[in-house]
Amino acid sequence: MSEKNVLLKMEHISKSFPGVKALDDVQLELKAGTVHALMGENGAGKSTLMKCLFGIYHKDEGKIFLDGKEVNFKDSKDALEHGVAMVHQELNQALKRNVMDNMWLGRFPMMDKLPVVSEKKMYEQTMEVFKDLGINVNPKTIMSEMPVSQRQMVEIAKAVSYNAKVIVFDEPTSSLTEVEVEHLFKIINDLRNRGCGIIYISHKMDEILRISDEVTIMRDGKYIATKDSKNVTMNEIIKLMVGREITNVYPPKDNVVGDKYLEVKNLSAEYSKLEDVSFTGYRGEVLGVAGLDGAGRTELLENIFGIATRRSGEIYVDGKRVLNRNSRESIKNGFAMLTEERRATGIFGVRDIQANSTVSSLERYLKGKFMLDDKKMSEATQWGIDTLKTKTPNQKTQIKNLSGGNQQKVIITRWLLTNPSILLLDEPTRGIDVGAKYEIYELILKLAKEGKLVIVVSSEMPELLGICDRILVMSGGKLAGEVDARKTSQEEIMTLAAKYV
Amino acid sequence: MNKKIDRKKILDLILNNAMYIIIALVVIYVAIKRPKFLGVASIINILSLTAAKLPIALGIAGCIVLAGTDISAGRIVGLSSVITASLLTNVSKIWPQLTQALPIPLVLLIVIAVGALIGFVNGFSVAEFSLHPYIVTLSTQLITYGIILLYMQGGTNNGMSLSGMIEPYKELITGTLFKIGTVSVPMYVLYALIFTVIIWFIWNKTVFGKNMFAVGSNPTAAEVSGVNVKKTIIMVFMLAGVMYAITGFFDAARIGSATAATGQNYESDAISACVIGGVSFVGGTGKISGVLVGVLLLQVIFTGLNFLSVSANMLYIIKGLIILIACAIDMRKYLTKK
Repeated sequence: MSEKNVLLKMEHISKSFPGVKALDDVQLELKAGTVHALMGENGAGKSTLMKCLFGIYHKDEGKIFLDGKEVNFKDSKDALEHGVAMVHQELNQALKRNVMDNMWLGRFPMMDKLPVVSEKKMYEQTMEVFKDLGINVNPKTIMSEMPVSQRQMVEIAKAVSYNAKVIVFDEPTSSLTEVEVEHLFKIINDLRNRGCGIIYISHKMDEILRISDEVTIMRDGKYIATKDSKNVTMNEIIKLMVGREITNVYPPKDNVVGDKYLEVKNLSAEYSKLEDVSFTGYRGEVLGVAGLDGAGRTELLENIFGIATRRSGEIYVDGKRVLNRNSRESIKNGFAMLTEERRATGIFGVRDIQANSTVSSLERYLKGKFMLDDKKMSEATQWGIDTLKTKTPNQKTQIKNLSGGNQQKVIITRWLLTNPSILLLDEPTRGIDVGAKYEIYELILKLAKEGKLVIVVSSEMPELLGICDRILVMSGGKLAGEVDARKTSQEEIMTLAAKYV
Repeated sequence: MNKKIDRKKILDLILNNAMYIIIALVVIYVAIKRPKFLGVASIINILSLTAAKLPIALGIAGCIVLAGTDISAGRIVGLSSVITASLLTNVSKIWPQLTQALPIPLVLLIVIAVGALIGFVNGFSVAEFSLHPYIVTLSTQLITYGIILLYMQGGTNNGMSLSGMIEPYKELITGTLFKIGTVSVPMYVLYALIFTVIIWFIWNKTVFGKNMFAVGSNPTAAEVSGVNVKKTIIMVFMLAGVMYAITGFFDAARIGSATAATGQNYESDAISACVIGGVSFVGGTGKISGVLVGVLLLQVIFTGLNFLSVSANMLYIIKGLIILIACAIDMRKYLTKK
């Protein structure tokens, strides 16, 4: 394998931002026809390195060679035209436009005689690429009407249509279900066989070991090592990534399940896919919700929390009916909800840590009728920073400047400050590095030990098996079954998840 | 290498403070050309005009924090002004049956109610129909202007300018607060200061204020977090409406008359002042001190240009350029640095 020719070479790359050295003498060598995984905790410099490659950042030092020639792309379009493409974690697409508009944006095929965009050519050429990759999408669909997974396929097709030799995947599976992941891997394998070089950035170990040929590990902006994927274990990678050994991926499960606490009866949604779901939750329990993308997991939480329109159904807490007509009522009833898309529906980007932490519990800091007590708010915020070990320069830092894991901790703080007894967590560890994940698992179990009910939606099955007591499996908007997390297997869950598809 | 970085840093520093630098240059230039510009009379004039324009800017700033705007502001000022002028006179042509001015507090309450009502219409439409504030307030701007014109036709007035307000009212607004030498500082400077403190308190020390910033920063996240987004939006626009009404209440006395054109284009100055002061259209950011500085700096420039006898026509062009430059500089802060 090492005999294959080097497609892309980055050497001695350094990049500084005010106050931080984001990259320090980093190197990367990508061979043709291989998948090269790039790993590291959040903030290790993976994204920065890629941004230097694509000219989004200007590197301070170092050289980049493509096919042996030195290159310096001025922007991602320049890179694309040289055959270097990126499939972004947050897709940069014109969502209101259709698939083929997005595919050919910036290079619309023209009619033969007239300087007019040819819709016909666009359609045909799009179909050609889709057929080639086995993608089943109508080129005339509006982007925003498709799930993330399909939008991502379009992005890949676009890269292929540019004849890209190097394709970078940044966390491609973070919003995909297992079936979609399989399809993606098939495409990646296909690209590898054609001689493309693939850089694959992900936090998911099992994926990395499955798909990649080589792994380069970064830590704190430095190059650590490049390993052959066949001869490396998950623990070795983790050790190299964090610079210490993590013995357990999941903390010990020592919560005790108590009395019946939450009862959901025949819950159906008016506008989204959720039909007749009934289940019971117990005090001190960690209850998982598994299912494929679109199975109604998020919808279930949204309907319980009252931020989606309910058609029918009843919710009982401790035997008493609660209405939860909106988020305010739900919070009063002891519910809390961590949403799936942190950036879109979680953080207040330009606001500081304090404002982000206290927004849901402001009434608690009132001194008199109108006036908020700064000292109380600052104490509450500090409690969150200390308890969750949030890394932030101070309370006045804008939350958008924190890493994903720390942003998540601030939002969790926001909910803990409302003193909830039932927590609805939608993908609580998405896009978070290994160390922070472990801390969040610990927190979930700690909350359960305090007698709270924690409902966790996750696409990562090992995670559900690792921390939950029971797992509800959703399929096609319905509850397909309920399994005991200690006795079940991934296979059993997958079978249930496919029940109503 | 180091030199290059230094030069970039200096350039950044200049660009980020370009507005202040331009203003400093204007002041220095005008002061050299017309030394009276920095005299007591001129400075008090600048401060008084700043105070007169503060309430409207404080109101509009809230709408901008919501990542919106309010272009109906000037017309609400106008409506408040003509209502005030028509009710606080002993010979009202609009209300011939009114032989004596209404009590001053009652008139203040009336205009505040009118301002709050239009603000409510604005806020309700934005919140309930998910309309962009620009469209909503464009509509209410036209509607309010229509109401002003109709009102001015009332009684036997026939659209004429309103004046002859009672002395106690004029005294209350434009009377002397204190004197510096022979120049008197008017009462409304004090009122403007009080309103500034009140709005500062609302923004920084109340649940409503914190919620306003949250909604401006990320409305979806605010909704999930238990903020009543619709109520917050409506309240911000109502508060703004009240501030415009107060501006109009001052203006009738300050100018000494009120016409259908009173208040026209006031929002453009107020919006410019907010943007210069760092209340960003990005939403969720802004400080009262910024609004204060913005209004003051804008007034310094206009007064300075007046001292230089720059034509009124030219002033429009300069105003436009100031808004453009201020927004461009502001936006620099929010672009991802590359």
